[in-house]
Amino acid sequence: MLFSTILFYQFSILLILSSIFVVFSKSTITSAMFLIFAFVNASALFLMIGAEFLAMLLIIVYVGAIAILFLFVVMMLDVEAKKEYNLKKYVPVLSLVSVVFVTQIYIILSNSLKPDEITGKAYFFLKHHRMPDDISNAKAIGNILYTEFFLQFQLSGLILFVAMIGAIILTLKESDNFKKVQNISKQVFRRKEDSIEIIKVKSNKGLDV
Amino acid sequence: MIPDIDIMHFVILATIIFTVGVSGIFMNRKNLLTILMSIELIFLSININMVAFSTYNQDLLGQVFAIFILVIAGAEAAIGIAILIVYYNLRSGIDINLKPRMQG
Repeated sequence: MLFSTILFYQFSILLILSSIFVVFSKSTITSAMFLIFAFVNASALFLMIGAEFLAMLLIIVYVGAIAILFLFVVMMLDVEAKKEYNLKKYVPVLSLVSVVFVTQIYIILSNSLKPDEITGKAYFFLKHHRMPDDISNAKAIGNILYTEFFLQFQLSGLILFVAMIGAIILTLKESDNFKKVQNISKQVFRRKEDSIEIIKVKSNKGLDV
Repeated sequence: MIPDIDIMHFVILATIIFTVGVSGIFMNRKNLLTILMSIELIFLSININMVAFSTYNQDLLGQVFAIFILVIAGAEAAIGIAILIVYYNLRSGIDINLKPRMQG
């Protein structure tokens, strides 16, 4: 086997192992570390396959932003230790999920290039964007993303904006301990007539304030 | 393109990671943050599928869509963590088993 094939198997096995450890590890911080490791392995796989822009984007966005956010939350919150897992109960459900997933993709793969019986056209609903050899991956994606998919690009920016507003609104608290503010000029301009009043109190008669 | 590696290798890899992510959701009911991490694993598996199909069909649309999926995953992780923080402030813990509070 060639070296790149061995490298593919190594990265895939490390990715699967680290994702298993994300789920089944005892502490949350270890889960976050294994999540970062999984993302780095997936990025290496993307690099091997020729999608280098997306590989770097995975490192920058997933590892550099989202996993760091998870680490912030782990540091801030007090999380108790997790208990043991009952795997045997969930094996039929999990196998059903994976079988359905693989079967769906296999059905799509085997039927996707057959021509339609009635109209005779093949199922090419979308335009084919050729991967060019002479320019880099980032430039090729940029040629498509900012011209043909400009609306989707702007909408994704809008989605991020809405997510930011939502996160701020969810965690924004009105401050209920107001700081005592001193009004210095009011203190300085206090007059004796406003602050003190001398009242002669008759004995055995109270004072009506 | 990796020699000797078919498209089905990537599909099976994505399936395994998807299954691990889905199992993480219902096996980690004690810990809401691990549920969020399992959802990120599911997004990763879908991205692997997208990029693999994009390369094996020589079509750049898969990678462009993978960028949009990355955007949505980031927004969803941010809002999920905001909800987790609010939940932690209310319940003083991130256990989402509601059974002890629903009895009686």
